[in-house]
Amino acid sequence: MAVTALVGAAGAASMFELLQLSPPGWGANLLRGLWNSILIACGAFGLGIGIGTLGAFGKLYGGPVVRDLLAVYTTVVRAVPELVLILILYYAVTDAVNQTLLAFGYDRIQISGLAAGIAVLGVVQGAYATEVLRGAIQAVPAGQIEAARAMGMPPGLLARRVTLPLMLSNALPGLANLWLVATKDTALLAVVGFGELTQETRQAAGATKAYFTFFMAAGMLYLILSIGSGWLFARLERRARRGQPELHG
Amino acid sequence: MTRPDGDVPQPEAIRIEGLHKSFGQLEVLKGVSLTACEGDVVAVIGGSGSGKSTMLRCINFLETPSAGKIVIGNETVAMRPDGSPADRKQIERLRQSLGMVFQQFNLWSHRTILENLIEVPVHVLGVPRAEAVARAERLLARVGLSAKADTYPAFLSGGQQQRAAIARALCMEPRAMLFDEPTSALDPELVGEVLAVIRDLAAEGRTMILVTHEMKFAREVASHVVFLHNGLIEEEGPPEQLFGAPRSERLQQFLKSVA
Repeated sequence: MAVTALVGAAGAASMFELLQLSPPGWGANLLRGLWNSILIACGAFGLGIGIGTLGAFGKLYGGPVVRDLLAVYTTVVRAVPELVLILILYYAVTDAVNQTLLAFGYDRIQISGLAAGIAVLGVVQGAYATEVLRGAIQAVPAGQIEAARAMGMPPGLLARRVTLPLMLSNALPGLANLWLVATKDTALLAVVGFGELTQETRQAAGATKAYFTFFMAAGMLYLILSIGSGWLFARLERRARRGQPELHG
Repeated sequence: MTRPDGDVPQPEAIRIEGLHKSFGQLEVLKGVSLTACEGDVVAVIGGSGSGKSTMLRCINFLETPSAGKIVIGNETVAMRPDGSPADRKQIERLRQSLGMVFQQFNLWSHRTILENLIEVPVHVLGVPRAEAVARAERLLARVGLSAKADTYPAFLSGGQQQRAAIARALCMEPRAMLFDEPTSALDPELVGEVLAVIRDLAAEGRTMILVTHEMKFAREVASHVVFLHNGLIEEEGPPEQLFGAPRSERLQQFLKSVA
């Protein structure tokens, strides 16, 4: 008994040592990885909402060509696994770009992991966001949009002042889901060697053989991120629902 | 109600000429012509499906006419051969001069009553905020809703919402008002408070076209009554004549059915 307790205590001590911020601890690496993950998730989510807003308005009000193109986009992107898309962009597209550059006598370029990550996950998020926002816009009472048109509001202002704020309360639960997916999809970038949280964790665990310690720590960081964003989205949703009576019972 | 200035002809506010509107195969308006001069209160009555709401909605192009001509003031709306508006800016400008009141109120649910009133004056017409707020507060006092300025629409009764919607339309200082069955969605005991506001507007000589099912009210406030049947004007004239001595058999039947 005494021996196990001793080993346990020694284990706990070394665990905290390993997670310390300064070497020999790997805590700083993990936090740097977390920061990179958040950067990619924010970039991808922002890009996704941008694409999704344009996509949703395009699907609802665009001409037949625009609608067909958007249908192809949302269908293909939502069908292919994110991992495959990441590998396609990171290796296949980089290769194609470099072949082209070489053919014209330029030097090869190296695509930054951060930019590639944001681009790929943003395109994926955009496809899902298009559908979330399209549904949310369709749920806006048509009469309120008509009232704005009847008062001579130009289309851009109408979208910004009426349609978008009204659809936000419908869209936020779906967008909160997308954000959580974005934070976790950043882990897929570990396969192309980008130093986000999962990749940093793998390195730390591999170097110290303390797999349990580091992957538990990484899990905790993802959990904290998700709880924090859950709180933020709940506040946003309360704000977006202003003026709507609450449902009871 | 007769025009306060008797026989002096007033300038035209709204003129519709040969208005046609089809939804697919269904022809809802089959050539309607109508003129409202400044200060006129034109009541449009008719059975459901007679085209009266569609006619009203064509005036500010919420519905695109299939053919015909619409003149607001002395400005003819530019239309393509298929009836669609040729100049979006012109439509927007003309819409700003026509205050529309809907059956379902259509207040913006994410803005308070005061914000609803100043939204278009401030963000579209460029009225300074303080001025728009002062104007809005005056109008809210007039429709008896001063206490509700900071309330969201969902917390008001239907009658209060409709009075707020009328105030919102007035806040743009429109040349004319278009009412699309403003009391049809209201509980019977709330109809009176909305009619009182509209009566008040008619009394101050405001130009309006009013699509309504309230026959007594139409008879009381209108200077001119139009009876639409199957997309055509079946009979029109001063209210005493239309309600007192209807000539067409259909109007007689209609008045009997709503009495």
